[in-house]
Amino acid sequence: MTEQGGNGTQVTGAQSLIKSLESAGVENIFGIPGGAILPAYDPIFDSSIRHILVRHEQGAGHAAQGYAAATGKVGVCMATSGPGATNLVTPIADAYMDSVPMVAVTGQVPAAAIGTDAFQEADIRGITMPITKHNFLVTDPAEIPRTVAEAFYLASTGRPGPVLVDVAKSALQAMTTFEWPTELNLPGYRPVARPHAKQIREATKLILESRRPVLYVGGGVIRAGASKELRVLAEMTGMPVVTTLMARGAFPDSHAQHLGMPGMHGTVAAVAGLQKSDLIISLGARFDDRVTGNLDSFAPGAKIIHADIDPAEIGKNRAVDVPIVGDCREVIADLIVALQAEQDAGNTGDFEAWVAFLAGVKSQYPLGYDAPPDGALAPQYVLERLGSISGPESIYCAGVGQHQMWATHYVGFENPNTWINSGGLGTMGFAVPAAMGAKVGRPDTTVWAIDGDGCFQMTNQELATCTIEGIPIKVAIINNESLGMVRQWQTLFYNSRYSNTDLHTGPARRVPDFVKLADAYGAVGLSCDNPADVDATIKKAMEIDDVPVVVDFRVHRDAMVWPMVAAGTSNDDIKYARDLAPEFEEDEL
Amino acid sequence: MSVHTLSVLVENKPGVLARIAGLFSRRGFNIDSLAVGPTEHPDISRMTIVVNVEESPLEQVTKQLNKLVEVIKIVELDDREAIERELLLVKVKADVESRSQVLDVVQLFKARVVDVATDAITIEVTGNSDKLADFLRVLEPFGIRELVQSGLVAIGRGGRSITERTLRPVPVPVSQHYA
Repeated sequence: MTEQGGNGTQVTGAQSLIKSLESAGVENIFGIPGGAILPAYDPIFDSSIRHILVRHEQGAGHAAQGYAAATGKVGVCMATSGPGATNLVTPIADAYMDSVPMVAVTGQVPAAAIGTDAFQEADIRGITMPITKHNFLVTDPAEIPRTVAEAFYLASTGRPGPVLVDVAKSALQAMTTFEWPTELNLPGYRPVARPHAKQIREATKLILESRRPVLYVGGGVIRAGASKELRVLAEMTGMPVVTTLMARGAFPDSHAQHLGMPGMHGTVAAVAGLQKSDLIISLGARFDDRVTGNLDSFAPGAKIIHADIDPAEIGKNRAVDVPIVGDCREVIADLIVALQAEQDAGNTGDFEAWVAFLAGVKSQYPLGYDAPPDGALAPQYVLERLGSISGPESIYCAGVGQHQMWATHYVGFENPNTWINSGGLGTMGFAVPAAMGAKVGRPDTTVWAIDGDGCFQMTNQELATCTIEGIPIKVAIINNESLGMVRQWQTLFYNSRYSNTDLHTGPARRVPDFVKLADAYGAVGLSCDNPADVDATIKKAMEIDDVPVVVDFRVHRDAMVWPMVAAGTSNDDIKYARDLAPEFEEDEL
Repeated sequence: MSVHTLSVLVENKPGVLARIAGLFSRRGFNIDSLAVGPTEHPDISRMTIVVNVEESPLEQVTKQLNKLVEVIKIVELDDREAIERELLLVKVKADVESRSQVLDVVQLFKARVVDVATDAITIEVTGNSDKLADFLRVLEPFGIRELVQSGLVAIGRGGRSITERTLRPVPVPVSQHYA
């Protein structure tokens, strides 16, 4: 396409679309062709863009998310009209919940057929209105370049998110002029990145006055690329840090000030750190119900500084004392300057007793697990060893459930953009396609998909894509023969009545046999059910770098995720293990 | 709960109404009344939305509306500082005996008869919600056959315009490297 000239050239709408994507800097698209989008697939054939043919549109969407999360760039997926587009709905909703910059391009039936219930017609713009940052339906080929430019601008600025561009087949087939816009005009879109100086002053004042502050770090810090700044802020003040599920890696797990992840399955120290604080400094987090538990009893003594690039998040769930609208990197940078000036003037916070209290909690209630009976394999041990052997430079993608929680706790994250998971929507089946996308974006990095046996069966078809396209991801299946998290709830809240959670992927039946399945996909299949073999198995997987590897870790099926705050209850009621609640010595505060 | 009148300036593009209606329904906010129409700028439509919410949900409504890319500006109109009007068309039973009494009511409320039949008359009246409610209360005994009412429209008092400066373009440079 590039050799056919630039602005003002006569082209088809389809050529204009591909030229527009090239002009937006797109290097990779994950997609599947079909009737309505077919015209666009002809110019893709000659384009500089690499199109990766996936096996299911959901895989295309999650791959675009993984690509975006690993690189910070906009991920792109493409599908045809109707079922192609509706198969993208889950990843689009996922990207919306987790603020992933993504552009989805879909074909639509010809303009004249729209609204007639034509073959493969679905109102994907209507369907995705509540789950996109914005979406477009293009019927005039002249509008293609401007729409694509707007889509990428919207997806990547402010609070990132998915943008859908639905293009009618008639627009793709018509002749038009390609002209990449030199400026955009979006009168209703003015994201604020620079925080207000007055709010920074107010925040600084509250920080210095507080005795029990905590930095509550959310995914916004990752999206803003603010990890370095966060570390400076934390270290200059000594304030403890908690990182939410979306922020794992934003602050090193090995850091003494890090209390771990808060929330339903958070560490005791992180939950206590929020719950007993007198000042929560929320940076790019959104007081999600999985973090706060019962809102009315959440951190009752805490004042709140809430910094977010999306004004609608501020005060949505919890009343705020100091709202700061801005990009996390700029907010943290400004806080550093303000606090430094105070320190230079001799004003520092007095957090000593608080830090000592939390250090006590952290050492008294560390993350831990009991070795399962009969020498069976503990899932936590597998993830501990995986993190240790593959190391903190690797990227770890997870599905949703027990394995996700164990992974977030036991892998050990030191760097941002190395932990990629489905946080807000909780989409099972996220890991394999997301890992595929991450590996495309960061080909020189080891990328693991940590998956459950349930999750893996939802999207493993993308292993075919990985094998054929040369995307050598590694998959660690934490196989406990069941929908483990649901089973855990059945154990705890439904008298161990295991209704519809047995997946029969255990020794009795092995349907499917994951090792054979891997082999069928042209990947290497390994298995491990003995703690003594874990290291050797992981190392063997590490040595293979030309094809995907699938390791079936056959773990103890009754292992549970602890700590746990039961849904809807107070964070004060956290259980460290079954029937075991931590005791805090309040006098130390 | 309290009633708030929001004037929402939006880009005049297809689907904007669906976006706004969808947002209200998804977030569980109640719309009491909604009116949409053109403004003095061909590119801008104006919606007047009456919502019945507490103070803090109102802030969420406004913030969520502002996130919609096609929403340009939102102004809450204070009913003491704004003119509010609704339009009501009502078909009232009126035969030879009762017609003159109905016409008295029409005159009293500065309403207008827009259609007459042997057994009914159709009346047009404009005003704020209170006036229309009073009007209907007085007409009720005659027998209301059918009525249709518009959403509320409102405009602030004084010389200032909320559409001023909203069309000032804010050009955004196009980067080449998003993806």
